[in-house]
Amino acid sequence: MQNTRPEQRTIRFHVSRFHPENERGPYVQSYEVPVHEGMTVLDGLHSIKDNLDSTLVWRSSCRMGVCGSCGMLLNGRPGLACTTQILKIATTSLTVAPLPNFAIIRDLVPDLSSMFDKHRLVRPYVIRTDEAEIHDPSGEFYQSAEELEHYLQFTYCIKCGCCMAACPTLATDARYLGPMPLTAAERYNADTRDGGQQERAKVTGSSPGAIRCHYAGECSRVCPKGVDPAKAVQLLKRRLVLDYLHLARKSEPCKKLKGAGSGMRMPNIVAAPAHTVETIPAAPGELSILK
Amino acid sequence: MKAARLWTWHMAAGAVLFFVLGLHMGIMHLGEIGHWFAPYGNLTVSIANSRFRDGMLTFTVGYIALLAIGLFHGLYGLRTMLLELTLRPAMEKAITVFLLILGIGLLGLGTWAAVAAHGVALAGVKG
Repeated sequence: MQNTRPEQRTIRFHVSRFHPENERGPYVQSYEVPVHEGMTVLDGLHSIKDNLDSTLVWRSSCRMGVCGSCGMLLNGRPGLACTTQILKIATTSLTVAPLPNFAIIRDLVPDLSSMFDKHRLVRPYVIRTDEAEIHDPSGEFYQSAEELEHYLQFTYCIKCGCCMAACPTLATDARYLGPMPLTAAERYNADTRDGGQQERAKVTGSSPGAIRCHYAGECSRVCPKGVDPAKAVQLLKRRLVLDYLHLARKSEPCKKLKGAGSGMRMPNIVAAPAHTVETIPAAPGELSILK
Repeated sequence: MKAARLWTWHMAAGAVLFFVLGLHMGIMHLGEIGHWFAPYGNLTVSIANSRFRDGMLTFTVGYIALLAIGLFHGLYGLRTMLLELTLRPAMEKAITVFLLILGIGLLGLGTWAAVAAHGVALAGVKG
């Protein structure tokens, strides 16, 4: 039987290094890394750490493009190290640097706290006047599939910071809220269960808010999850303008379907499939920690 | 929200400018074809034709409105560009105040010129 092991090549990794406590600024260190087809940049970094330099630092977790931890600048373009295959973007050399527009904690680890501070400002959650219903729901809020479509793609954001790193406006104006928080604001504004648009407009309609966007569109090009933050920001601008001109369609947050315990399955929603694995009975005492 | 309101007016002013500058192009640069508001010969910018237009109240109001809209659109755009230099808040305030005074000053000067030209044109007609 033939050996099907993929062919190996050597790629020169030019990795940005920086230890703020010991060094005055970032510098580039190069490593020769044996690479085969299918290897991701994250695999390459692990290979460096395991075999060449154990002091290299980066942030990662899920290894499958879900957690958003490993956002980096790969050959000058923001992306996730775990979903970017080395041989797709490099033939002989690959530059790896931390995401720009953020302070560097160490090596490839950006300080994303500025992004999350801005994210918090736009109140990224459902706001309703009937607060008691939020904390102690007595029924379901009705939302049609069409209404869901208005904001669904914006829910796919994993807060990796790639859009913030690619934004040329944010590069020149650190006070600009940036694509991620503005997309989060539009995600909740477009949600029919929400009634907090006026609250968010105080932030999104301010000087560093949506109107600062130049529509360069880089945020949408680099998003590893296919979200379109540039569109979200334009929708947000439209929302602000129509609201100011009193041309916005009057809408109330959607109402509950029924009373307590009577949320019913819609007729066009298929039943959940049967379990594919047998449920293992809990060992005696195992569930006691939940009590 | 104040920033969003000003930005809305900036965009609206841009749209109005687009329309008004179209009128300007038609009247001033295509006059030889249409002879719009130019009854004294083919030269649209001749003294006689200019006086004819200056004597019309619609044109005087139009000049002032065009100046106001153009100044707001231009100076607000300039302010936006300058503010992207990430200056200190005091400097941003100073820029805003300076551009506001400049805009009001230029609008005052332009208004005086348009009204004076209207008066001269009417005096010429009467005289």
